[in-house]
Amino acid sequence: MIKSGAIRSVALPLAVVAVMMVIWTIVWRSGIFHPSAFPAPLDVLRGFGEEARTGRLFTDLITSLFRVTCGFGLAVVTGIPAGLWMGQKELARTAFLPIVNFFRNLSPLAWIPFAILWFGVGDASPIFLIFLAAFFPVVLATMAATANVPTIYSRVAKDFGMSDLEKLVRVTLPAIMPQVVTTLRVTAGVCWLVVVAAEMIAGRDGLGFAVMDARNGLRTDILVVEMIVIGLVGVGIDRGLEQLTKIPSIRWGYER
Amino acid sequence: MVVSPLQLRHVSHSFGSLEVLHDLSIEVLHGEFVAIVGPSGCGKTTLLNLLSGFNRPTSGLIERKGESRMVHQQDGLLPWQTVSENIELGLRRVKSRQERRQQVRELVCLIRLEGFENSYPHQLSGGMRQRVELARALAGSSDTLLLDEPFSSLDYLTRLRMRQEVARLLQERPRTVVLVTHDIEEAAQLADRVIVLSERPAQIRYELSLATPRPRDPTHPEVVQAIRQILTELDIESDSGEYSTRKR
Repeated sequence: MIKSGAIRSVALPLAVVAVMMVIWTIVWRSGIFHPSAFPAPLDVLRGFGEEARTGRLFTDLITSLFRVTCGFGLAVVTGIPAGLWMGQKELARTAFLPIVNFFRNLSPLAWIPFAILWFGVGDASPIFLIFLAAFFPVVLATMAATANVPTIYSRVAKDFGMSDLEKLVRVTLPAIMPQVVTTLRVTAGVCWLVVVAAEMIAGRDGLGFAVMDARNGLRTDILVVEMIVIGLVGVGIDRGLEQLTKIPSIRWGYER
Repeated sequence: MVVSPLQLRHVSHSFGSLEVLHDLSIEVLHGEFVAIVGPSGCGKTTLLNLLSGFNRPTSGLIERKGESRMVHQQDGLLPWQTVSENIELGLRRVKSRQERRQQVRELVCLIRLEGFENSYPHQLSGGMRQRVELARALAGSSDTLLLDEPFSSLDYLTRLRMRQEVARLLQERPRTVVLVTHDIEEAAQLADRVIVLSERPAQIRYELSLATPRPRDPTHPEVVQAIRQILTELDIESDSGEYSTRKR
């Protein structure tokens, strides 16, 4: 038997979507916007079919996902060690925190001109920009979490004779995991925003470029198709990373 | 003669200009249960940090023999590890995996938490968590237990039960114990010797030994008498009746 809560959690959002479709249709029919600037729901549906047939939507999606995976992955494998180091060494914190904060607050989009000059248009520029978008927040969050690991765990590690490496692997890393995972979720979302912007300007393919391409071709129906896909995939990425919070050795951080 | 596992000689400790401990000399005998009581903020936890080797005293000498383990006020378990994994932390010296598992099983039985082996600390009650910490500290072959107000976060009835539990566990696995507490009743019921500290900077104000073998009931006449003596010494009980105080 399906619980009524489960039905509601599907039916209510679907109802909201249906209402939005109705509003969309009404606005389209009213003629407030010129037809060339406002696609009809049915046009968008046909656009989906077209994009699916040519397979372009799929290859653009793979391209963008590949870039985000590379840039984000690179930021995670370098940012977490950097954050651990800064979290443990006060001197490192004092030295690097201001500059990390500076870059954290500098929009990665401001780097686009340099990215194109240095890496041209292709995979490298967006990957570089995504890396910048993710690296600094990951460093800061890891640093803060590491610096705030309760000292009681250090005592436990000492009591049970752990070496420095063991303490890192068995105490410090698991202690910061809940906060790190939360940051990864937020940061991955930012990366998904950045890849679209980066590809719009510094791309020859990918979902961002497809958006720009649809605009240049005055294909507002395709434009909406791309927007829907970008939004849905973003939700999917977050849902995927949310699964990390359900790992038993991480979940404690969300249940206390 | 057996060497005493813990010895403090003229130990003083200061944080900056604030002297917390002043010229403490304490010798704990092998297998002895010593309770240290004192007003809050008098430096009890500082003393335990010195005894565990986590901090070094400003002056004086501390001699420690063997391995000591601390049971904390609360949240001393690693929250990302299950009950079994936490207890196994105390068995790191045991090489054989098979043997470790066997001992974890025994310890889980000892603290009567069968069925909770794979639970995480946040899924347990406060009393259960403290029992797991006790098991972790008693696992393997450590020599000294340092208890830092281990039951202060529990409600009164649970605290009474935990006292019985500690006395029972120590019968099964004897250890040298130093208990730091502000609970005089707890000290008198559990310890062979109670040391009362003064206000900061802490000095030994009073010392009292109990002859009745452990485990004892909280209402055992010697326990009750000890409580009365300590309270009188702390000027909380009026100095009347048949019990006289004994100045150190």
